[in-house]
Amino acid sequence: MDNMQFDLLTLLPEMVVLAMAMFILLLDLFILPQNRFIIYGLSQFTLFAAAFFTFKTHTPAVGFAFNHMFIDDTLADVIKLMMYLGTSLIFVYTRKYLQDRNLYRGEFYAMVLFGLLGMMIMVSGHSMLTIYMGLELLSLCLYSLVAFDRDNKQASEAAMKYFVLGALASGMLLYGMSMLYGMTGSLDVADIANSIMQHQGKSPVMIMGLVFVVAGIAFKFGAVPFQMWVPDVYQGAPTPMTLIIGSVPKLAAYAMTVRLLVQGLHPLAQDWQDMMLLMAVLSIVIGNFSAIVQTNLKRMLAYSTISHVGFIMFGFMSANANGFASSFFYISTYVLMSIAGFGIILLLSRQGFEAEQIDDLKGLNQKNPWIAFLMLIIMFSMAGIPPTVGFYAKFTVLQAAWQAGFTWAVVSAVLMAVIGAFYYLNIVRKMYFDAPVGSQVAITAPMDMRFILSVHALGLLGLGLFPESLLGVCGRSLLMSLQ
Amino acid sequence: MMFTDVVFYVLAAILLLSGLRVITTRNPVHAALFLVLAFFTAAGIWLLLQAEFLAIALILVYVGAVMVLFLFVVMMLDINIDKLREGFWEYLPMAGTIGLLMIVEMGMVLAEKNLRPSQAVTLPPNYSNTAELGKVLYTDYLLPFELASVVLLVAMIAAIVLTLRDRKDSKSMNPADQVKVKRNDRLRIISMPAEVEPEHVAPEEEK
Repeated sequence: MDNMQFDLLTLLPEMVVLAMAMFILLLDLFILPQNRFIIYGLSQFTLFAAAFFTFKTHTPAVGFAFNHMFIDDTLADVIKLMMYLGTSLIFVYTRKYLQDRNLYRGEFYAMVLFGLLGMMIMVSGHSMLTIYMGLELLSLCLYSLVAFDRDNKQASEAAMKYFVLGALASGMLLYGMSMLYGMTGSLDVADIANSIMQHQGKSPVMIMGLVFVVAGIAFKFGAVPFQMWVPDVYQGAPTPMTLIIGSVPKLAAYAMTVRLLVQGLHPLAQDWQDMMLLMAVLSIVIGNFSAIVQTNLKRMLAYSTISHVGFIMFGFMSANANGFASSFFYISTYVLMSIAGFGIILLLSRQGFEAEQIDDLKGLNQKNPWIAFLMLIIMFSMAGIPPTVGFYAKFTVLQAAWQAGFTWAVVSAVLMAVIGAFYYLNIVRKMYFDAPVGSQVAITAPMDMRFILSVHALGLLGLGLFPESLLGVCGRSLLMSLQ
Repeated sequence: MMFTDVVFYVLAAILLLSGLRVITTRNPVHAALFLVLAFFTAAGIWLLLQAEFLAIALILVYVGAVMVLFLFVVMMLDINIDKLREGFWEYLPMAGTIGLLMIVEMGMVLAEKNLRPSQAVTLPPNYSNTAELGKVLYTDYLLPFELASVVLLVAMIAAIVLTLRDRKDSKSMNPADQVKVKRNDRLRIISMPAEVEPEHVAPEEEK
């Protein structure tokens, strides 16, 4: 315990987030409802401070803390910075919606920050126990956020489904971890890898543990065959909570997969590669076909998430650094796209009106050409049409899989991507070629939200034109952590 | 066969039987009590393994706190269990298949040779399970321990956020508001003439 001081410094961003979350929770008691912008500002400041400390304490060397339970490497720092950005965008986009529906409360911000803390722990977990604790912290915050609007029956139902199925998945993950612990005698990710390598032989218990761990991960991602919670929760939850569930936690799930499967169970890669292949192809097929028939925009985006997750699994399936990096690139662009997509839904919603049916977008071009244009970019990006970043994301993932020799899987994924383009372009068609329904209502969203959303959506286009920088960051940070 | 083996098999048999009764009994109160019995026998098995801390914690936490609360809830809520169980047996073919599959899988795993311990671990005479746990909990596992506290804090906040509400029909009073009350809040004095002369209305004439 001599190096305790050094230990704690490694955790500085986590401590900042934890302390501020508790401070915000307490401060909210003493603040009048009309002064709640202070809470909002403090939450944004927390993210900024955490980003500052993450950036400041960053070193190329890998740092450990608390007996190797906590790792601070470049990959963790990069993912954390992305998480701060994503959470900050979430705060900007959800403010108006929460105000309109009497949900603008201090607990919302405290809960999101606690969830962020859980994700940061998952990203930096170097022991199965730490990763699991981070995951539980995140899940608990998400369950309660979905149920946050208590008088909303749909949301309560969604929260209940999410809670029961999520608890089941956590149980499976923990069960798998216990088997791995039993066989290797260690919780530490690196020790597990060493132990498996030394003993060479794969016992059925180890494989069974692996199956449970993969199932737990797939559930958290929402990959087929563990996708059943995704559409119901996405549709039932209030849109801000859907935005939260569908975006930043995916980054944490990615990090968890890297830590558990890539760093911990890499000697068993041959076994989990097959599972990934099956889940990837099934997710893309089922996600895309189900999305076509949806009339609810949030439900459609839920199925589109499933298909995106399939593409992310494609990167893992390749089981080499190239594949993991392409997955990383895909997930970071996906998080940006999904925040922007749900941001548009939030922008079009107003008091007493949810713009969550696809038909609500009819004739948007005549009512508001600029927002229609932004939505056009987002939909193009999700469909993967060239000038946008979504194209490069799909391209890199499929390229990695092609090089790893999964020819037929790549071909089927491309076919499915074409089918998927149908429902994205259907939205574009409705916006531009259909007559508007309902009366002309001005958009009530505040200026800062409109401005940031515009920059954000245009950024998808900009990243598509110049993808090298983000691609480089993803590749380098992963290589630095995996060596 | 040693004496501990006999104890183990007796405890294991009671555990399995009570576990089965938890899901097959009709009365929810009986089910909860069978679960208590299952916890007791599981604690006994842990004691056989010299894990006395876990055994005591299981009885204190699960039997002493969780199950008692659970019994309260079961007794207070008037649940018609027969209605809930309608169609319960329709799931038998599906559940039976899955259960059989799991038994086969577990059998395959358990038949594996390297799962069997080569020799039983013998512990030194003055070995204290509790002391050892305490030592690692606050040194090696400090970070997960602290994280668990954050998880519990979040659970507490979530429970309060989801249940606390100002009901419109609530009769609770705020003494501070009552003390602060001014005369003008309760009583309005309006000026009006002391006496009003009733106007003389001519009786309507009949037509």
